[in-house]
Amino acid sequence: MPTPSQLIRTPNIPGPDGFYEELIAAQRDLSDQQADMMLAKLVLILANHVGDRAVLSEALALARQNTLDTPA
Amino acid sequence: MLNTYTYPEFAYVQSPEQAAGTVKRHPVVIIGAGPIGMTQALDLAARGVASIILDDNNTVSIGSRAVCYAKRPLEIWDRMGLGEGYAARGIQWKVGKVFFRNDLAYQFDLLPEAHHKMPAMINLQQYYLEEELVKACDANPLVDLRWKHKLLGLEQTSGTEDDLATLTVETPDGIFQLQADWVIAADGANSDTRRMVGADFTGHFFQDRFLIADVVITKTEFPTERWFWFDPPFHRNQSVLLHKECDNVWRIDFQLGWDADPVEEKKPENVIPRIQAMLGPDVEFELEWVSVYQFACRRVDNLRCGRVLFTGDAAHQVSPFGARGANTGVQDCDNLGWKLALILKGDAPLALLDSYHEERAFAADDNLLNSTRSTDFITPKSRASLRLRNAVLELARTEPFARPLVNSGRLSTPTPYVHSSLNTPDETPFNGSMKPGTNCADAPIQKNGPNGPESAWLLNQLGNGFTLLSFGPGALPMSVGNVTAQVLEVGKDILDTQGILTQRYDAQPGTVYLIRPDQHVAARWRAFDATAAQAALQRALALH
Repeated sequence: MPTPSQLIRTPNIPGPDGFYEELIAAQRDLSDQQADMMLAKLVLILANHVGDRAVLSEALALARQNTLDTPA
Repeated sequence: MLNTYTYPEFAYVQSPEQAAGTVKRHPVVIIGAGPIGMTQALDLAARGVASIILDDNNTVSIGSRAVCYAKRPLEIWDRMGLGEGYAARGIQWKVGKVFFRNDLAYQFDLLPEAHHKMPAMINLQQYYLEEELVKACDANPLVDLRWKHKLLGLEQTSGTEDDLATLTVETPDGIFQLQADWVIAADGANSDTRRMVGADFTGHFFQDRFLIADVVITKTEFPTERWFWFDPPFHRNQSVLLHKECDNVWRIDFQLGWDADPVEEKKPENVIPRIQAMLGPDVEFELEWVSVYQFACRRVDNLRCGRVLFTGDAAHQVSPFGARGANTGVQDCDNLGWKLALILKGDAPLALLDSYHEERAFAADDNLLNSTRSTDFITPKSRASLRLRNAVLELARTEPFARPLVNSGRLSTPTPYVHSSLNTPDETPFNGSMKPGTNCADAPIQKNGPNGPESAWLLNQLGNGFTLLSFGPGALPMSVGNVTAQVLEVGKDILDTQGILTQRYDAQPGTVYLIRPDQHVAARWRAFDATAAQAALQRALALH
């Protein structure tokens, strides 16, 4: 049995500044509505790439908890 | 409106007991002569149990109503000699198209698994289905189908070994009473029986309304495909489903939302332009039937209340997505019939009925889960979930990965009773899907006929009792009290010439399956062991 994978919570993206620039640039010239739609599609595309249900559950829980813990 | 179908009127007959003014006691009284009530009566009759069906009406379903029937119900009806006729008459579709707003998002081919006697599903108007069930009931001496018999009241004794229910019934000849050892409530979502016994009917996960129309397309050729629209231009922010039925009749389901005015929506001047926009300007059609259907998702807390047993929509109500209503109801009958028959004959303890609730409430909850998931996709409840839903549909046009996320209803498939207390867990590893608690997959086989080996199907060989399906020699018939499991030997009684049976059951020489009277796996072993087989049969009878 392979060990169940865990969500990577340590830095894992080579060249973080470049990635972030690309993420922002992907929304250039989009309306707010289009930008929201793009992010929704990005979530679905990446989720399919990850595929691992346990990792996805962990990522969903982290995103939700971090949001709830942040004062409005 | 056009009529492609003439509704029969069945004759009311005064029963001898009402004429004589005597109160008679019957083993089983079924309330409701719909698909579920009649299927239940025929299944009990096949097991030697006589029943009376009471129905307050005297005809079949008005309108097409439940229109999709899946493989497992067809297999159950095949035991009653009705499956082949339904499969031949029903419409089978292969291509499904999903539209989002103005455009086709994608299309798919069903590609059903080959080598099953019954198709994956058929579309057939409910009145055709019921017509055949009525004929079969009328031809069966153990089924007493009584039209124009309305249940007015029900009382039951409790706490004795010999409890019974007393029913007060109204007919054109007045009011009379009869008694029953068991009452089976098959009187639908608005069940009077359920109200009379005060059973809780809870859930309300969501509620919605649908406008359902049967349309006759008169002159144009129109393809036999399933079309599903999300947010179409002719019905904004809602969903629409188009399905083919027999006789050039098409069924259209418009989702209305809970706030819509059903009376206004039903008016032909509102319905016709919408259908014309949907079918295109060149298609000529006429309306045959329009109805508004509303539902909530819920089930009774317990499928048994003393001497009353709930089946079908009287027990559980689901959304129409996935055709889970009638299909799951027929499987309730399949589960209940053999248990009740054994109890009435004194061959099994009352505890066996606890497994009816255990197994079928588990299946009902699975259906509720699936229909809730479909509804959450079809009717997003927040802006964020609407955005995600639309993102899936937009991606689906070009990206195959997004298509499995599109949920326009998942076709009803049986829920295996994987946790049932009647199962004997595997002691050795098996591959494949035939785990204890699962309905038996059919397979093509050969059997000996008068002119040598002939083609046949596994399920047709299983009979009405318990079966020990033995791959090769070794198994012996087993008995617990009066209940005997007969041996069906592969290689002797039947031949697996194509190897499909062996593959579907992950069989090796010596493998033995104990199969319940409802064609579900109770236990399996790699080699026959009389002690283990005896224990498993006891367990499947709730004698442990």
